[in-house]
Amino acid sequence: MAQPRSSNPRRPAAPTTMSGAAIILKALQDQGVEVVFGYPGGAVLPIYDELFKTNAVRHILVRHEQAAVHAAEGYARSTGKVGVVLVTSGPGATNAVTGLTDALMDSIPIVCLTGQVPTHLIGNDAFQEADTTGITRPCTKHNYLVREPGQLARVMHEAFYVASHGRPGPVVIDLPKDILFADCPYIEASEVETKSYRPQVKGDTTAIERAVELIAKAKRPIFYGGGGLINAGPKASKLFTEFVHKTGYPATLTLMGLGAIPATDDRFLGMLGMHGTYEANWAMHECDVMVCIGARFDDRVTGRLSDFSPNAKKIHVDIDASSINKNVPVDIPIVGDAGVVLEQMLAVWKAKGYQADQAALSKWWKRIEGWRSRKCLAYRPSPDVILPQHAIRRLYEKTRGMDCYITTEVGQHQMWAAQYFGFDEPNRWMTSGGLGTMGYGFPAAMGVQIAHPEALVIDIAGEASFLMNIQELSTMKQYDLPVKAFIINNQWMGMVRQWQELIHGGRYSESYSAALPDFVKVAEAFGGVGLRATKMSELDDVIDEMIATPRTVVADILVKQDENCFPMIPSGAAHHEMLLGPEDQAERRTSEEGMVLV
Amino acid sequence: MKPSEMPIERHTIAVLVANEPGVLARVIGLFSGRGYNIESLTVSEVDEVNARSRITIVTSGTPMVIEQIKAQLFRLVPVYDVHDLTQEGPHLSRELALVKVRNVGDHRIEALRIADTFRARAIDSTLESFVFELTGGTEKLDAFIDLMAALGEVEVSRTGVVAIARGADLQMPLVRRKVVRRKPRPPAAAD
Repeated sequence: MAQPRSSNPRRPAAPTTMSGAAIILKALQDQGVEVVFGYPGGAVLPIYDELFKTNAVRHILVRHEQAAVHAAEGYARSTGKVGVVLVTSGPGATNAVTGLTDALMDSIPIVCLTGQVPTHLIGNDAFQEADTTGITRPCTKHNYLVREPGQLARVMHEAFYVASHGRPGPVVIDLPKDILFADCPYIEASEVETKSYRPQVKGDTTAIERAVELIAKAKRPIFYGGGGLINAGPKASKLFTEFVHKTGYPATLTLMGLGAIPATDDRFLGMLGMHGTYEANWAMHECDVMVCIGARFDDRVTGRLSDFSPNAKKIHVDIDASSINKNVPVDIPIVGDAGVVLEQMLAVWKAKGYQADQAALSKWWKRIEGWRSRKCLAYRPSPDVILPQHAIRRLYEKTRGMDCYITTEVGQHQMWAAQYFGFDEPNRWMTSGGLGTMGYGFPAAMGVQIAHPEALVIDIAGEASFLMNIQELSTMKQYDLPVKAFIINNQWMGMVRQWQELIHGGRYSESYSAALPDFVKVAEAFGGVGLRATKMSELDDVIDEMIATPRTVVADILVKQDENCFPMIPSGAAHHEMLLGPEDQAERRTSEEGMVLV
Repeated sequence: MKPSEMPIERHTIAVLVANEPGVLARVIGLFSGRGYNIESLTVSEVDEVNARSRITIVTSGTPMVIEQIKAQLFRLVPVYDVHDLTQEGPHLSRELALVKVRNVGDHRIEALRIADTFRARAIDSTLESFVFELTGGTEKLDAFIDLMAALGEVEVSRTGVVAIARGADLQMPLVRRKVVRRKPRPPAAAD
């Protein structure tokens, strides 16, 4: 527990006191919070009363607390600000757990206020009591239980600091109801200093010089960027692109990093990993110098570790020291902010007058072009049945040049969106990468739309995922949010079915989406617009109409049912063992070691 | 070398944390959630004024895992400092044990004789039992307990390891007790 810092001369003699609920609203305003996603309940009524009286912060009433967190994630990811959530005790808090875990895995800054029973009842199994700090300890970056009125203002400010500094993440503040009524002193954010958590932002100069020298001498280099580039702000993406251009080296991005270098850039090899491109994965496997910036060598990216990029010297830039040397040992670790370190690297590159080895580089590019010529993402559009890849490709082509944001659910459609929709800017792509949360995309789109009221916000969904947070159609109606749900409807939990084909002999245990509702009628019942495309001739018209309709739209795109997502590195395989299509799949069997992996 | 083929090392890690509710749960949850070993963990407040506790953890793992443990500990918000005593140089480790042994006859005499050799103190006695207090390294305590177990029924309570680096350097000094000696000002330049 922090001690009052009595010796601070700036501290006013008698700090202003107000109710705990008023302190919370004041702190939110001082932190520049414009919108809160939440759902009321007994334990947080004083805060809702304060919202009502002051009208200081906009509140978006969701229909499920999980959606509140995903909406705040969408808001945060598309703006770079902290997303704020307000839920009640007990079930309010437990419903938020999936969203919090999602935000932790994908490093999204969230402050989640949870109600709690009054302090004297904590531990008594009171009505709507849950051990929220206990439950959320492993799924938040940090959490607080405010037991003393005097702590409240400090905790509020510190939570925003912790959520947004270093590797961002979710922070929970558990608020017993008596604290919300108690007289609390207010202190300004500027008076709160967190002494223990001081993330390193600037990279070590010597390590950076060694790294840049290694980069300059590389014969077969590759840049491998991730979500850290997005979290470091748009400037980091600019610097990353600049470094890629200065060197002329190829670059690949993780699922979370898409948009950090324009998809249209010819240095960009596409996404890497399990459903990444053939050229990106082969370049990763064959490179001699790997420059990883803001990515974490996730298992979806590396494939079988023992054969991961066997001949490369690896440089790893990450703001989180615990991400370095976790899965893959690296040669030059650099702890720091992606943007700041890139700036330092570029400065060294320029100061030393480094030049890429053009002869080696052109040989390297020739090999890459060879892999590229395999055209791993090619598909043959059929004249009548809509191919899911084609639906997403057409959506991309028809929205180009528009102020467009994309969210996704989780599954095959997510991977197809990552493969066939190009992102030329950061913060335009919101997806659940680490946790893989079905039901993420629709509420996330809601948060994006709140932050960008004029933009075109599309949730590329699967029919199964969409059902997981479909109730948010009601929220969309209440706030007239013109979000589009573009459902790639193959009537299967497609990724589950694909894995059942791959490693369980095609025994489709419970993966068929039986008893689906009529999504057009569902949309209408909630006050939105429903559209449907069942064959190729209808696809373009439905996309056009969806874009042109300034209301919530559910576009039900019935696609080829048995299409699978390729290319693919089967679990337990390495980058050079990619499957390019169903023909490859038949020939190879997944190893026993691979079968136990997820 | 593959990470799985690396040798397992035992390390003693000292962690300075804010003495606040839940901090121990965070540390323990980190170890259990990520599958790290805890061989011993001790905690006590060391600085009442600034509310700081010191946790001493004995853990084992490959060098990569040990590095992970330290990085993971350091990014916990209430953690001020992390020191790997095993890596940073020679250090002292001590445990305290209270060992109750119940026996009769010659075994009591032998127990006292052994206690003397180990510099254990009898702090409680009945006609059929002793409670010995013993401090020392983990192996010394193990040896003593093994011997006592051969001489009767034994109950043991141990503190776990506390540790500190040898030498004059203060790795995690108590801030409040630090005396700041001002250097005498240099004589003013002659005008």
